[in-house]
Amino acid sequence: MASTIVQLTVNGQDAEFLAKPGTTLLMALRENLGLTAAKRGCAQGTCGTCDVIVDGRVVPSCLIPVETIVGAAVETLEGLADGNALSPLQAAFVEGFATQCGFCTPGMLMSATALLAENPAPTRGDVVRAISGNVCRCTGYEAIVDAILDGAARARAASTAAAD
Amino acid sequence: MARLRGRGFAAVNYPTGMNLGGDPSQALIHSTTTGTFVITLSSVDLGQGLKTVVAQCAAETLGLPLEMILVDTADTDTGPHCMGTFASRGTHRVGNAVIMAAREAREIMLEVAAEELEVDAADLETDGTGFIKLKGSEEKKIHVVDLALAAHFKQGKTISGRGIFLKPKSEPVPETGEMDPDSCQAHACTVAEVEVDDETGIVEVLNMYNVYEMGRALNPAMAHQQIVGGAWMGISHALFETTEPYYPDRAHGPTDYSEYLMPGPADLAAMESVILERPAANGPYGGKGIGEMTANSPIPAIANAIYDACGVRVESMPFTPEKILRGLDALRTANA
Amino acid sequence: MPMRLATIDADYFADERDADLQVVGTPAPRADARGHVMGQTQYFEDVHYPGMTHLKMHRSTRHHALIRGVDTAPALEVPGVLRVLTWRDVPNNWYTILRLIGVEPDDEPVLAEDRVLYMGEPICAVVAETEAAAREGASRIRVDYEELPAVFDVEEALRPETIVVNPRHGHNYFTYEGHNCRRIRFGDIEKGFAEADQIFEFTYQSSPIEHAPLETTGCIVKPEADGRLKIHSDTQACYFTLDNTALTLGIPFNRLRVIGGTVGGGFGGKVDVMVEPIACIAAQLTNRPVKYVYSRAEEMQVSSPRAAERIIIKDGVTNDGRILARKITLYVDAGAYSRHSPYGTTKAAAHMPGPYTIPNVWVDAYCVYTNRTPSSAMRGFGVTIADFALESQMDRVAKALGIDPLVMRLQNAYRDGDMKAHRKLVEGAALIEVMQRAAELVEHELPAAYRAMSSTDGRGA
Repeated sequence: MASTIVQLTVNGQDAEFLAKPGTTLLMALRENLGLTAAKRGCAQGTCGTCDVIVDGRVVPSCLIPVETIVGAAVETLEGLADGNALSPLQAAFVEGFATQCGFCTPGMLMSATALLAENPAPTRGDVVRAISGNVCRCTGYEAIVDAILDGAARARAASTAAAD
Repeated sequence: MARLRGRGFAAVNYPTGMNLGGDPSQALIHSTTTGTFVITLSSVDLGQGLKTVVAQCAAETLGLPLEMILVDTADTDTGPHCMGTFASRGTHRVGNAVIMAAREAREIMLEVAAEELEVDAADLETDGTGFIKLKGSEEKKIHVVDLALAAHFKQGKTISGRGIFLKPKSEPVPETGEMDPDSCQAHACTVAEVEVDDETGIVEVLNMYNVYEMGRALNPAMAHQQIVGGAWMGISHALFETTEPYYPDRAHGPTDYSEYLMPGPADLAAMESVILERPAANGPYGGKGIGEMTANSPIPAIANAIYDACGVRVESMPFTPEKILRGLDALRTANA
Repeated sequence: MPMRLATIDADYFADERDADLQVVGTPAPRADARGHVMGQTQYFEDVHYPGMTHLKMHRSTRHHALIRGVDTAPALEVPGVLRVLTWRDVPNNWYTILRLIGVEPDDEPVLAEDRVLYMGEPICAVVAETEAAAREGASRIRVDYEELPAVFDVEEALRPETIVVNPRHGHNYFTYEGHNCRRIRFGDIEKGFAEADQIFEFTYQSSPIEHAPLETTGCIVKPEADGRLKIHSDTQACYFTLDNTALTLGIPFNRLRVIGGTVGGGFGGKVDVMVEPIACIAAQLTNRPVKYVYSRAEEMQVSSPRAAERIIIKDGVTNDGRILARKITLYVDAGAYSRHSPYGTTKAAAHMPGPYTIPNVWVDAYCVYTNRTPSSAMRGFGVTIADFALESQMDRVAKALGIDPLVMRLQNAYRDGDMKAHRKLVEGAALIEVMQRAAELVEHELPAAYRAMSSTDGRGA
């Protein structure tokens, strides 16, 4: 089978590349585009380390054949910060000691980002549901849940300040 | 049918360092031209935070701010030997090696400062902000950046240090087992409070209280990470995990995260933790290793809490609903 | 939201704590956190080289079998497959990881020769242009087996009539200086039991546990311009990996360079040197970069788990709660090969009889070979399952005697100056204090005498 030319918008930028049949979005991001924040933890959609946002929905990129989402808007962790400035969620993760080995962090942050886009004031239960597909082996989750709630509060405070 | 509550205790110790010793780690440290101290290692950070904690040890010893320290690790072409990250040895071994290297570098740093300030090195101190100053004086001082420049371009001196930590290997006596296995021991007491559903056999850990004695909490926030993450792993080991659910039968082994069960973020126990500090004489600033032990005491604490709740003594891990229900059945039969 | 932190209770051991620290003892931010949240931290698999090849393993489908023959030809027919490696391609096929600290014998092949000892044992390595081709090639290899009886129970394994699992040992246990187990002998165990009011004997069991790090075990090997091999690895021990790999390849140590240090979780599962030697051989033979990464299924079922252990504890106690004698028989299920289990078994023996001062102790700790995935190090190696057994036992004995479980632990807790069973004096003890503080935390009433106890009161035995 022939390769396909795939066009995507990745973190707001146009991307165009040649994909072999069966190339997953994860492989495309990591190998074609050099965006390695999304990780391969299981390659079968059960760990959440490869989570990215496609057209507003968080998905495991290891399960998405990239030729099936031509034209989609893809957001990865690389696009979260404003240049050098951490987003409220990122800052909350750093200051809240919500990272250890860091391998689940990209997926956690993308799940949390998708949650906050829909629900800027989540409850603890909302956060738990949002990251229930993201496995962490180091932290025991508590600091991650706390950091997402903290990040949501920071984002609300920032948008209130901007509105004033 | 009822949900039965119980409380269980467990108290444990855990050895720091590779069993029987013989496991060295080294550190090299040098100042750049502008007074940044680079620690060169071949040690591995698995996420426990080694890169952070050894930088803290170096900053403390050098008397410089943490921002003046860089850690360059794990390229065997440049990093000196490290036995590896296991056996709760990283903080202890590498921390000690880094302190030794930093002491040597500090001595040279003070010599260079003494020459620049035209005073005796023994009369100098570091102020923690980057200045080396004459004790009791506010004027006679030099910043580490100027000092490093002077060392390189004026005095022709290398500000550097070498460090190694080795506990010589102990050979056990075959007949008696006499041996020196450890460098020090950390301690913990866990209290678990559980609820057992006597209809489903499901055990839920409601609260977990963790008291740790760890010598010195070199970074209390990262120590807390180990306590909470380890407690979670202990709960997971106790209630869910195995690659062979019908051990010793080899069949039905899980192959992914949907089959290998672990608690998710919805299954967390409420945690409360307290740290006690009894510094170890041979530890870096008294520190002991707690990275491994934090998963240990939760397991028997949960087993004991299950017994307290429902009278079932679980003798094999993990404590699955099936085992709880069989235990309850056996109790009913015995009481009938 | 304020970060949750453990309380540091400085009232305990106040006179031993150095209060004059500036940086140590502060919650300094993690040096790696920014990289983690920006997605810029570089793990080994984030390295990409043009022309990278991929290695996948054909593994045993039998628990215990002789290999009659291996047909690699079908793999070579798969488009993109470059090489199939067998044991004949491995210069020094036999090793044991802890040879670096003098453990013998070399009991494990890099690739199976005439037999397989566990399901999942590597037999042939397939190197291909793509991961898919390597996987396809590996699946097409045909192995002709003659099945042998498999041993899965540690006590069955130790019976004289049971088939020998690993011929390099000649029996199903590791030999400790002429003994079939690691022994501790302290005091007079039979005298202790004779003097006891009651005897309690119970058995505890665990089954294998997986480390389950989010990042699986793997490496990328790149042949360099000077003919050396650069190994990007998630090993927990760079030099352990380098030295073992060089020995297997039969090349000078300085022909290898290991780069690592940033690992997506280890928990003891990344000290076995399982991927680097064969990936290096593949890189030498193809002169191309080679990636060999475990799939999640391999990580779960083929990589070494925490050993299953069976622990039998027999205690002789007085009616008022003093433990006079403790006899422990401990079996570590090492699986088919030693890996780190002989070490872990000694560590388990050294941990006994727990943090208690008991005048008569007897420990027999067996490292037993069976036909399962070799077990190895995991967080709390030798101690985690022992603590499950020890602390369950303490609770059972206390309950049977009608004594508060903390009180019984306090009665027997080791203190500074006590002699441990392995004949090292206790120093720096704090078991009593962590229990006192825990009791306070949950408002568990302790009698005044037990609240006043101290690890440092010089009243150790």
